[in-house]
Amino acid sequence: MSEPLLEVKDLRVRLNTARGPADALRGIAFTMQRGETVGLIGESGCGKSMTALALMGLLPHGARTSGSIRFEGRELCGLSDAAMCALRGDRIGMIFQEPMTALNPLHTIGDQVAEPLRQHRGMGGHEARAEALRLLDQVHLPQAARRLDAYPHQLSGGQRQRVMIAAALACGPDLLIADEPTTALDVTIQREILDLIAELVADSGMALLLISHDLGVMANNVARVMVMYGGTVAESGPTANVFARLAHPYTRGLFGARPRLGAARGQKLVTIRGRVPELVDMPQGCPFADRCDWVIDACRAELPPMIDVDEGHAARCIRVGEVLATPLALTPTLSQREREFVRLPLPLGEGGGEGNA
Amino acid sequence: MSFADRAVRHASFVVGGVLVVLLLGTALLSFVWTPHSAFEIDVPAKLQAPSLQHWLGTDSLGRDIVSLLIVGSQNSIAVGLIAVGIGMGFGVSLGLLAAARRGWVEELVMRMADFTFAFPALLSAIMLTAIYGPGLATSIVAIGIFNIPVFARISRAAAHGVWARDYVLAARACGKGAWQITFVHVLPNIASGLIVQATIQFATAILAEAALSYLGLGTQPPQPSWGRMLNEAQTMLFQAPQLAIWPGLAIASSVLGLNLMGDGLRDLLDPRLARAR
Repeated sequence: MSEPLLEVKDLRVRLNTARGPADALRGIAFTMQRGETVGLIGESGCGKSMTALALMGLLPHGARTSGSIRFEGRELCGLSDAAMCALRGDRIGMIFQEPMTALNPLHTIGDQVAEPLRQHRGMGGHEARAEALRLLDQVHLPQAARRLDAYPHQLSGGQRQRVMIAAALACGPDLLIADEPTTALDVTIQREILDLIAELVADSGMALLLISHDLGVMANNVARVMVMYGGTVAESGPTANVFARLAHPYTRGLFGARPRLGAARGQKLVTIRGRVPELVDMPQGCPFADRCDWVIDACRAELPPMIDVDEGHAARCIRVGEVLATPLALTPTLSQREREFVRLPLPLGEGGGEGNA
Repeated sequence: MSFADRAVRHASFVVGGVLVVLLLGTALLSFVWTPHSAFEIDVPAKLQAPSLQHWLGTDSLGRDIVSLLIVGSQNSIAVGLIAVGIGMGFGVSLGLLAAARRGWVEELVMRMADFTFAFPALLSAIMLTAIYGPGLATSIVAIGIFNIPVFARISRAAAHGVWARDYVLAARACGKGAWQITFVHVLPNIASGLIVQATIQFATAILAEAALSYLGLGTQPPQPSWGRMLNEAQTMLFQAPQLAIWPGLAIASSVLGLNLMGDGLRDLLDPRLARAR
């Protein structure tokens, strides 16, 4: 196989918080091939957005990164800001969660879509404008020609997200990072935007890193999924395998906590006991240890390694064998009937107020 | 609706605009025509009541008040424009730099602002005149220097707010560098606040010039200024209160006009309000 598009090794990010240094990422490793679709899933504060920002070199002030991020064979860690600027928006595009605030209210949407074209392609006004119109048509913005000179406040949330996508795709990136692209939208629009992203990814052959806390979004949109918890990858593998076998106790907890259509009336959602530890208080060993039903002393001694479960499927749990041996009936998984329903994204029930990194 | 259409319908912008145009027109007029000389002393004709010859009467030295007001507007405009220009030029640049670079650059800029603030404006003006001698130019520079930290702080605080916005993150994700973001995203988004602040500082500068003139550090006699007229009127407040009223009204209406126009501009420049109106 040819050189991977993106190769992340032992990526660590340390943040300075009011309560002292905190490890937001504790050794993330993954690779993405060209055209591959990968999902990052986990709850608020697990490091999903932090991973995306680290890839883009957009971490907050005072964050310290170590490890290696190789993009098209080029090391991004420690790259100068000017060199990162040349890459951002050109080879790597990014879509944000809040289309309401991610567009500058003072510039027309035509200008904002054209911005990366002027920036990276050196296009002049007319050329960039024509290209912006083509891009807005491509993302199916209704009446795109009339909307070129509209301001963001004149568009709806879904339309703004289309504009964001158009801007992210302007230079034909090799990698598109979508950080919770549908969280701020209502359910019917979510579906349209996800379909649009899937269509654009399939057409252009770019790779997609989709970040979400929504299991339903993952099930239908990515080939491979990584479940994150406490700044580590808890489980990773082909989406179907991960969702069918649920090798990590945390993944099982996530599925148990998911509200399902067709559940019996009055049936309570399973919750994961305890709460996510603060970054500063993250335990030395497995970050999930305090909430886990399978926990043993060895779990707390040091961070468990990734243990292979199957071809390309691994979980960061030393008792993964026993977890897998426990019948899934104890931790419900998707039934065939639910697979039909799950095409509509189901919120995990964390209130939608996803804390941004 | 075009910008001009909206501007004409914006009541406070129109009123403010008229007052500001009046002020500018008066200052221009002073170069070609005044009813009487503003410099000629005619002591026998002192403290006259308004008449056909002297529309607003005469002051304690018999000078025509209308002429003094018209010529005095030159100084007020010069002081306001140049002092605010100095303050905005340096202050906004420093504030934007601090917000864009953070770290020690920001610390240095802000501590320098604190340092400047620690000296009262008058004290720094006295220091400057001790070095360069009293005069209009020195007082303008002194007022301008005092304006720098005002604008540096406001623009830094406002710029911080903009830097934290998602669209700046999105712009960075598009590959924009810190300087491009500063000029394309940050400056336009903080401009409305700065415009309003500029009109306030313009008014403060006119008043500060009056205070400096009172101490003999600003406009030097016989050159008239609204501030000096006020100060001369102060000694005769009980005999001739009208002497204080006219320059006071001139200052008040200029300041009001500038504030109204600033408010109006802020509204007109905001595309979000373009439709609502």
